[in-house]
Amino acid sequence: MRNLLLFIERYRSVILFVIYFSLSISILVFNNSYQRSSVISSSNAFMGSWYAKVHDIESYLSLKQTNDSLALENARLHHLLKRSFFNQKRDTGSVNRLLYKQRYTYLVAEVINNSVHQKNNYITIDKGAIQGVRKGMGVICPSGIVGIVINVSENFSVIQSLLHKDTRISAMLEKNRSFGSLVWGDKIDSRKAVLRDVPSHLKIKKGDKVITSGFSLFPSGIPIGCVLRSGVRGGSYFWDIDVLLYTDFSNLQYVYVVTDKMSEEKAVLESNNKQE
Amino acid sequence: MSPIIEHIFRFVSLLLIQSFLLKNLGYYNLLTPFIYILFILRLPSRISEFLLYTLSFFLGLMVDMAYNTPGLHASACLVLAFVRNLYLKIALSKDKADYDSEINMGTMGTRWYFIYITFMLFIHHFSLFLLEVFRLNDLFFVIIRTILSSAFSLFLIAIIEFLFSSRKVKI
Repeated sequence: MRNLLLFIERYRSVILFVIYFSLSISILVFNNSYQRSSVISSSNAFMGSWYAKVHDIESYLSLKQTNDSLALENARLHHLLKRSFFNQKRDTGSVNRLLYKQRYTYLVAEVINNSVHQKNNYITIDKGAIQGVRKGMGVICPSGIVGIVINVSENFSVIQSLLHKDTRISAMLEKNRSFGSLVWGDKIDSRKAVLRDVPSHLKIKKGDKVITSGFSLFPSGIPIGCVLRSGVRGGSYFWDIDVLLYTDFSNLQYVYVVTDKMSEEKAVLESNNKQE
Repeated sequence: MSPIIEHIFRFVSLLLIQSFLLKNLGYYNLLTPFIYILFILRLPSRISEFLLYTLSFFLGLMVDMAYNTPGLHASACLVLAFVRNLYLKIALSKDKADYDSEINMGTMGTRWYFIYITFMLFIHHFSLFLLEVFRLNDLFFVIIRTILSSAFSLFLIAIIEFLFSSRKVKI
């Protein structure tokens, strides 16, 4: 017994180190991106409120750019209004609204914490469970797509950005509607991503538009970026297409959380399929 | 200013600089400065081991909150604290350690101090980036990142030291 106490006394430093180090390593290992504890992340109340305060000051500095982008988006939305179309068929009268059922709704949120320089990037926004944000929803912005919600607290949520090694988004080429999955891959540039698994018999030109496919969380047809370069990885039957993203992640201000009202119905139907 | 208040002030200010200013600074993810470890490096050499490890652990956890990386910075800080103990045992002569427990540019001399800072930055950044990728395949990339980021952090720390250090006479 005395020897044991002597041993502990002698190697106190090493023992303390081992205890603390295994504690922190276990926090690291057991918190991978899906089962993230909301305590040690920027969506907790303390860090969240501080980042919100600092963001208030920061947002003053870029008011002009924000205004410009909002005006641009307003203009685009005006184009879509019914009143901006000329009705050629005079005799049919009004369009029957019951024929169209709303599927996607959008919730505006402000970005209060953002990073683009890490290996895995996350974004914090100022809307949470109270406002209707749920885990797994898609997030878009006026110029493209942003990422997927992975963690929600009462008033804040954390988004796994497209600039993350685990993010895969279903996308397709606008020209021939052949789809693949968009990943950031092992890139270090925040403006570039890779579109994988597109069959290599298709002709692809530089500048072709890449849009969302509508198979997953996002409505179809949202522009993502354009083709920068394409090539076949050795011995493969699929293109690896470099995509230049339209979104500039480094000055993201406002984003829209996409709610898919029919996602549950679709998920149930598809899981029935697998059981058979 | 009493030393304890000075350490608390350094803890808070470094944490604020790191999580609100330096988080947005960098060149892709090759150059990412981490200067908050200056707090651990400036702790007195005769500090109890329990206090050293506890402070390192909590400093790391606070940075983890800002960076959304639970446990990553905490682990790297603990490696740093462990290596710091070994380093000081070897590099500090017995009489000097007894005479003055504070570690700063004035008491230790500029050359000794910056060799110490550089070595510690390398250890911390290397363990941090290695734990982040969590495998040995990308060793080359990790080393490049370590060298570039340590150089950047060293530059920032040198600026801080020359601006804010109290000019004590070297004994």
